Amino acid sequence: MVSVPVQAGATAGYAVEVEDLAIRYHGKPALSGVTLQVPTHEIFGIIGPANSGKTSFLRAINRMDLMTAGMEVSGSVRVEGRDVRSWRNPYALRQRIGVVFPLPVGLPLSIYDNVALSSRLRGTRKKADLDVIVERCLRRAALWDEVKDRLDSLGSLLSGGQQQRLTIARALSQDPSILLLDEFSIAVDPVTTMRIEEVLAELKSEMTIVLVTNLVQQARRLASRTAFFLTGELVEVTETETMFEGGAKDPRTTAYVEGKFG
Amino acid sequence: MFEASERNRGNRRVEGLFRLLFLWMTCMLILPVALILGVLIVRGGPAISWEFLFTQPLNNMTAGGILPALVGTVWLVVVALIASVPVGVAAALYLSEYAPDNRLTRAINLAIINLAGVPSIVHALFGLGAFVIFFRLGTSILAASLTLAVMTLPVVIVATRESLQTVPLAFREACWNMGATRWQTIRKIVLPNAISGILTGVILEVSRTSGETAPIMFTGAAFFLPFLPQGVLDQTMAMSLHLFVISTQVPDVPEHMPFGVALVLISMVLAMNGLSIAFRVYLRGRKKW
Repeated sequence: MVSVPVQAGATAGYAVEVEDLAIRYHGKPALSGVTLQVPTHEIFGIIGPANSGKTSFLRAINRMDLMTAGMEVSGSVRVEGRDVRSWRNPYALRQRIGVVFPLPVGLPLSIYDNVALSSRLRGTRKKADLDVIVERCLRRAALWDEVKDRLDSLGSLLSGGQQQRLTIARALSQDPSILLLDEFSIAVDPVTTMRIEEVLAELKSEMTIVLVTNLVQQARRLASRTAFFLTGELVEVTETETMFEGGAKDPRTTAYVEGKFG
Repeated sequence: MFEASERNRGNRRVEGLFRLLFLWMTCMLILPVALILGVLIVRGGPAISWEFLFTQPLNNMTAGGILPALVGTVWLVVVALIASVPVGVAAALYLSEYAPDNRLTRAINLAIINLAGVPSIVHALFGLGAFVIFFRLGTSILAASLTLAVMTLPVVIVATRESLQTVPLAFREACWNMGATRWQTIRKIVLPNAISGILTGVILEVSRTSGETAPIMFTGAAFFLPFLPQGVLDQTMAMSLHLFVISTQVPDVPEHMPFGVALVLISMVLAMNGLSIAFRVYLRGRKKW
């Protein structure tokens, strides 16, 4: 486990610490009793079948419960050592956390404006600065070469795979310290998926990545440690290699990673 | 093996029958519109001239033109828009983007639906009581336009809310997740993509407002006033009331005059609707997702 000091007052080494987290929607529990830590500069995998609470878990990290009617969060979620509920400005918290969704969301803006949006919201106005940010983020998301000649065309009209890389470029433009990916490959072709996986492996040195994935093998390829969620519970968190080589503590985990259900 | 059974043949006959029925109903729908336009053009057309549009009424409105009524209607519509569009759009933004789903929101929605169902004569009396008497605006363009604004507010709210809802939630979520506030999301993404629908609603409101008679009758429209209004506190003539007056209240009006007024009024409305359709088609061509 890598241990990197983050900032004064932070628990050294953990980007996200969750303790006894429970999430309800309109009183109906979606997730309960989750306690886990995500070390900094690690790809942390989360696997599990549909409706196991994976997406809800991500939404609790960046306080999207504030924007979701009926969503209640209890327990504690700490980002870089600080309880997310102690941020008086949840918008600032969300700016530090990039999010990529299952279905690509190219906003109905030009490719350039998609990537420049976050910086503009934060008050960057100078064209030269924005140019640098847009090019750097598109390059890192492995999209630059395909779109550099048509930055003015609409981001929402790109192909699915391109839009997903655009979404990643947009998330990177936030200069996040944590990147949350929610089943990013669900609507993306295998070739693009592989390219994005390469990008993620490179990004690991700069940020912490929480990778919720529907592809068990993707977690195996990328994640150092993997959590298995099942019907609103955290079954276990294990070193990924151990989990995939039959060393899981819970037989349900082994059954899931071997494809016996889900 | 592929021979049609008796049942297939029966189905085909019924299918043809229903197609004809629906076609016939659609034609019935067009008929009154065509008739109205046809009659107005044939009988009112000869009345239309430069002089008719741009001069004062003469001889107790039995001769001359309709300029004060034309200008008055424009005044009424414009002031009503200025009053209703900002309020309506703001209310729709609140209801669509901010309001939690609770009892208050549901009550507001119910109120909007009910407001849309209030008969225009009731609005007229409300306007008389509230604006003319209570707020001491007197019978004036301002009082009449505010009455019209209250009456058309539900149209603006509903049209705006509906066009806001056509912007996918995923766009909003993407913005919120990157730390945008609700207002930033509205300004950057939601409004720019809903504006066509909003404008369409506004234009439809204009065309509706310009034809209303009852709400302005007690609040600001004059029977006969051969001057152009100088400000919002003046009374004014209006096309719709003028049509009513010369059709029923004044003797010896030449027959082509009411038809001419009606033709001008309906042309205004149709031109507005045409504009709104052209606008919608143009913006649909530029749809961004």
